[in-house]
Amino acid sequence: MKKTDALIIGAGPTGLFTAHQLKLIGLDCEVVDNLDKIGGQCIELYPDKPIYDIPAVPECTGEELTNNLINQLKPFDIKFHLNERVDEVKRDDDNWFVKTNSGKTFLTPNVIIAGGVGSFEPRKFPPKECEKFENKSLFYSVKDKKKFEGKTISIFGGGDSALDWAVELSKTSKVNLVHRRDEFRGAQATVDKIKELKNAGKIQLFTKYQLVDVKGSSQLENIDIKHDDGEIKNLKTDYVLGFFGLIMQLGPIADWGLNIDKKTIKVDTEKFETNQKGIYAVGDICTYPGKLKLILSGFHEGALAARACFKLARPNEKYRFEFTTTSSKLLKRLGKKE
Amino acid sequence: MAKITYVTHDNQSHTIDVDNGLTVMEGAVQNDIPGIDADCGGGMACATCHVYVKEDWLDKLPKKEDGEEDMLDMAFEPKKNSRLSCQLIVSDGLDGLIVNIPSKQG
Repeated sequence: MKKTDALIIGAGPTGLFTAHQLKLIGLDCEVVDNLDKIGGQCIELYPDKPIYDIPAVPECTGEELTNNLINQLKPFDIKFHLNERVDEVKRDDDNWFVKTNSGKTFLTPNVIIAGGVGSFEPRKFPPKECEKFENKSLFYSVKDKKKFEGKTISIFGGGDSALDWAVELSKTSKVNLVHRRDEFRGAQATVDKIKELKNAGKIQLFTKYQLVDVKGSSQLENIDIKHDDGEIKNLKTDYVLGFFGLIMQLGPIADWGLNIDKKTIKVDTEKFETNQKGIYAVGDICTYPGKLKLILSGFHEGALAARACFKLARPNEKYRFEFTTTSSKLLKRLGKKE
Repeated sequence: MAKITYVTHDNQSHTIDVDNGLTVMEGAVQNDIPGIDADCGGGMACATCHVYVKEDWLDKLPKKEDGEEDMLDMAFEPKKNSRLSCQLIVSDGLDGLIVNIPSKQG
């Protein structure tokens, strides 16, 4: 079990700047995020879209903003736990016991939820029957491509993930690529490659079709796909892969006894503390009268929550406000002074 | 101003006066109509404000911009009459619009 002064859930812009503020005032912290990379919505939803309302930054993309925030954290040693979702937050005397889905555990007086709109999870196929085969013969990501060798795979989706895997798996498997329309949103070079493979008979392409049923006993045997005009085709297939991007789900946060209103968590505006002492919510996931869902609001909220953490992490010390321009203590922490 | 009717998956119909300039998504969110999540807040980045537009309205709506169809690829059960409600800006011309909300957004 790891002990830390504060645990941040979410490595988006708000979580990153909150980490900065914690380290600056002399607290240690660790960050957990369900995505495989740092940046949250900025990196997952709009890495290339320009943002124009970050103070003193006239224009930057989600990716640039993320990189700048990571750079700002360089003086500090912060442990990130990516690809992990916090599943459990339980009271343990004066601390919170935190457990992730991979079994990692933390003990901390402060938990800061900077979770945006929740954790990113794969979007799933609509038919209910799909659940029965999930993680057995139906997947939303590829972890081990070897199991597909020599098999028939039906891949659904029109973006880069679907197309890249169709190209890759067509080398060793029989691939059906199914998409709801004629156009693909993947990179043009990959789309061209798909057409080439289709003409060479390496990939079967079904456009304007969607999945309506999956059949089989324990193992998947065949699926029904339906054309826009109502025609249903049955395809024999060993595996199904679906690539429809990610969606944000509040997930386990809903079970931690917090005051939740429409997927947001109510906080006070002094400490950004929830109804549970030592649990804070900052950024898009928190709500209070006048809340603005802007990145700049998340920075402000994180800075204040970090100060509140000090009290619980260092009960016998007094927090003193200092400026980075003048405080030699802060400059030392920033690595600017011996 | 336009009267917009939102029909939820359980066939409850809500008719709301929505001010010009707001989006059909905002009309739903501000009036607590269930089933439109709008996770990204109107940035055409999440496909969780997906609606089905009554067929006879399809041609009268503003055309899809680049990217909307891409996002609809990810929506839950997209159909020919699918739109993202954050891209439908309300004007007098939309008076009487009826949209159906899918059973889920994802």
